[in-house]
Amino acid sequence: MTLLIIILLPLIGAAIPFMTERMGRTICAYSAAIGPLIALGLLIGSAPTIFNGTILYSQLSWLPSLGLNLNLRLDGLSLMFGLLIVGIGLLVTLYARYYLSPRDSLAKLYALLQLFMMAMLGIVMSDNLMLLIVFWEITSLVSFLLIGYWSNQSDARKGARMALAVTGAGGLCLIAGALLIERIVGSFEMGAIFAAGDEIRAHSSYPVILILVLLGAFTKSAQFPFQFWLPHAMNAPTPVSAYLHSATMVKAGVFLLARMYPALAGTDWWFYIVTFTGMTTMLFGAYNALFKHDLKGLLAYSTISHLGLITMLFGFGTPLAVAAGIFHIINHATFKASLFMAAGIIDHETGTRDMRKINGMWKYMPHTALLAMVAALAMAGVPLLNGFLSKEMFFSEALHLESMGMFSWVFPLLATLAGLFSVAYSARFIHDVFFNGEPIDLPKFPPHEPPRYMIVPVEILVGLCLLVGIVPNLTVAPFLEAASLAVLGEQMPEYHIAIWHGLNLPLIMSFIAMAGGVLMYSQRKGLFAFYERKYRHDEKAVFEARVQFSVRIAQHITDLVQNNSLQRYMALLIATAVAAIGYALWGMPQLFGPIAITELEPVSLLCAVILIVGALGTVLLHHNRLAALLLLSVVGLIVSLIFVRYSAPDLALTQLSVEVVTIVLLMLALYFLPQLTPNESGGKRVSRDIVLAGAAGIGMGLITLAMLTQPFTSISEYYLANSVSGGGGANVVNVILVDFRGFDTLGEITVLAIAAVGIYAMLNGLHLPLPGADGEGRRWDKEPHPPILAVMARILLPLALLVSVFIFLRGHNAPGGGFIAGLVTGVALILQYVASGTGWMQERLRWRYRRVAVSGVLIAALTGIGSWFFGYPFLTSAFGHFNIPLIGEVEIASAMMFDIGVYTTVVGATMLILAHLGRLAQTSHSPRPATSMPYRSNELTKGEP
Amino acid sequence: MELLMATVIAVLTSCGVYLLLRGRTFPIILGLTLLTYGVNLFIFVSGRLSPGSSTIIGVGEQYADPIPQALVLTAIVISFAMTAFVLVLALRARAELGNDHVDGRISVEDVNS
Repeated sequence: MTLLIIILLPLIGAAIPFMTERMGRTICAYSAAIGPLIALGLLIGSAPTIFNGTILYSQLSWLPSLGLNLNLRLDGLSLMFGLLIVGIGLLVTLYARYYLSPRDSLAKLYALLQLFMMAMLGIVMSDNLMLLIVFWEITSLVSFLLIGYWSNQSDARKGARMALAVTGAGGLCLIAGALLIERIVGSFEMGAIFAAGDEIRAHSSYPVILILVLLGAFTKSAQFPFQFWLPHAMNAPTPVSAYLHSATMVKAGVFLLARMYPALAGTDWWFYIVTFTGMTTMLFGAYNALFKHDLKGLLAYSTISHLGLITMLFGFGTPLAVAAGIFHIINHATFKASLFMAAGIIDHETGTRDMRKINGMWKYMPHTALLAMVAALAMAGVPLLNGFLSKEMFFSEALHLESMGMFSWVFPLLATLAGLFSVAYSARFIHDVFFNGEPIDLPKFPPHEPPRYMIVPVEILVGLCLLVGIVPNLTVAPFLEAASLAVLGEQMPEYHIAIWHGLNLPLIMSFIAMAGGVLMYSQRKGLFAFYERKYRHDEKAVFEARVQFSVRIAQHITDLVQNNSLQRYMALLIATAVAAIGYALWGMPQLFGPIAITELEPVSLLCAVILIVGALGTVLLHHNRLAALLLLSVVGLIVSLIFVRYSAPDLALTQLSVEVVTIVLLMLALYFLPQLTPNESGGKRVSRDIVLAGAAGIGMGLITLAMLTQPFTSISEYYLANSVSGGGGANVVNVILVDFRGFDTLGEITVLAIAAVGIYAMLNGLHLPLPGADGEGRRWDKEPHPPILAVMARILLPLALLVSVFIFLRGHNAPGGGFIAGLVTGVALILQYVASGTGWMQERLRWRYRRVAVSGVLIAALTGIGSWFFGYPFLTSAFGHFNIPLIGEVEIASAMMFDIGVYTTVVGATMLILAHLGRLAQTSHSPRPATSMPYRSNELTKGEP
Repeated sequence: MELLMATVIAVLTSCGVYLLLRGRTFPIILGLTLLTYGVNLFIFVSGRLSPGSSTIIGVGEQYADPIPQALVLTAIVISFAMTAFVLVLALRARAELGNDHVDGRISVEDVNS
């Protein structure tokens, strides 16, 4: 539990600064420090246990089905990193109190810093690889916010975006790598992954896994060729740089190398990729650092170089090299954090970071100068300072490397070269800033020492550099040993950190580096000129140009597919569907099954021919809309005949009544639309569409035939067997609708009601020009309503309603039911509208159809809820037989109530749609009042031309 | 008969798709209706062709598969609602845009190609 608390403390602490900000900046800073301070205490408290070689675990299930658990571990490596993260975090908190100007929100910075601290602690303490990645992504996101803290500056925003793009892309690679590891190991748990190291290394996808994981680590740790984001992240406030770009974020990458070392290291792949990347980065960073005039730029490139050095040590793969790498992580964090803070102080006091202007600071701020010089000497690797110790170990390991055969001399040579550059840029940092004459044009003059407590963090860090450098065995040794043990396990080497190993080769290399470095710095003028001529390029401009380029390509591809034409989208969708299904059909070994085809019947053939003629006619005549519509209705009638032929009377009835309603509806709409479709498709488009439509049709035909020739066992046996006993009805189709699958039906009538309400909304306030004549220029008949039709319709109405009641009542046991009865009622009412006009009907029938539709859905839902009162689940049906005088025994089922709901919805929805559309003619205005007809709903009769 | 049914469904689909690809709203609605017939028939025959059967318990000796029938019954009603919805959408588009082209404009491509 302690482990979880350690992580949660900064998370809770992130909220505190916002509450205390109003009480003053100092209180805000102290309150922000409370959480990390307790976490630091907890970490130190558990240190003795860890030194004994124990590992603390804390386990909590999170998403066990995904293998993602909140499992934490605290081993030597986590402890060492945890102390760095929290310790330096606290110093940065104190420092930021004085660094930030009163205009900037201190609370925002503290909250982000603590969030970041939480995420970093999560990374180093995760015992689950997926959990580690979750925290990893949080660091990417929070670092984006931190780098872009001054969000009004364009450079800060661009720098933040670049960092996010690079580290985010690396994070994606890492996830892919983790998923592959999980496929081999079967778990994301660290213990299982470490144990399966040999299995992973032997697996055929090991190189892929390695490269993916390394991409994650290298982007985070700014390794070549991903180093470019780090210098641009220097637009962040200096406390952020000191924290993220020295001690924590960039160290997450090398932490990952250390963490995954037991599982992935020890192969040639590892050696070559990691070593050479590290070496290139080290040289690249060291070389460039010398030529940066920006104080923070120099430190940024120096950080890149040192990260390369650490990476290279992990790449060597010898136990001592790993120990040296971990040692250098600690050393680099301490001296680089103090250097960043010193750079921040100088920036703060002089108003610039340009080393061509800042000179001779020794006179103005001797205290700061002394501290910065000690830290810079540690960076150069001067004896009696911590940087010297780990650099000696590095030289020594570079000398002992034999993996490269006859080229082994390359490593010591390049290592010395990097050391030489690092001495040169350290010398520049010291000489250029603190000596070298007088300052030139400082924005703030004269500079003086910063507030007392702003220097305290620097003092503490520099003190650590000295302590570790002079008495390493009393200070850092146990932490280092515990951390190395966690990485190396049984391979733990016997080693001894000492300041004096005698006059050996590594020491000579150090001397060469120092002498050469100083010499190189003294020749700087010529070198600077050379660098200016050769190597001036702006990574940000290149990066932005590439971003713009990819945006342009994306735009181009989008334009190809998404050209704002629905017609094009439709063609693309259909083409995709045809291609996908065609591909699947192509791959089938045998399309048709063993069932023999039954014999052709002459009557069916005739009907089919009529249907086909009707369908093709609809297409061929579709420019003449009314004719096409009439042919379409022929198709619909034949379809209902097909239902009759194949034993589906319910479907036939439904199809027939829907057909009537649909055709009336289409005619009604056609009145407002052009009567003719212009012939605007060119030959190319028509042939394209014929190919698409033909392919779709042939595909459907093949699938149908394939399906019909396959043997078939239905799940319907259950419904047939239980319809009478369970649902109390003999008509299985109806019982399925209102009982077995009642919930589906409830959903469907809801959709119906929603569609009707949607239509109502769309018709609301709709004004369409009333046409005075049909497509061929003939005037619409002025005779509003033929009297014979009106009289007949009125006679028919009660009969039709009776039929619909009959159909409804018999529905449970014979063909019929709520859907069909509702449609029949709808047709009967529509006939009245057609025959007598909207106004006439409105006077007599004052229903608001939308209420009817909605109350239908409500009745059905309430019927379902009713079963709750009897202690049954939603929509449980009940039925019983009752003896009613005169009528006899009647069966009443609760499903009938449900069916009433269906009936009401269907009537309401149908009428809502048709009646409102019919009323449109009254509300629409006419473009030419003189030629328009009387405003009755006579448009309904325009079906007869 | 299976072959005939497959042909019918193929023709309905082809005609429906062809009309769906037109540029004006009304033919598209016609196409949608044709496609609906095809799809409904397809679902219906997935219960196999069973002439002379019944779905009423106690009537006849052979039973047809009631599940596709129940599916298609609701499909018919829902597709009516959808047809109506699209139709009114077309009317609204005509009122708002002044023409009945699906893209709300007579595209240059249509005229030229």
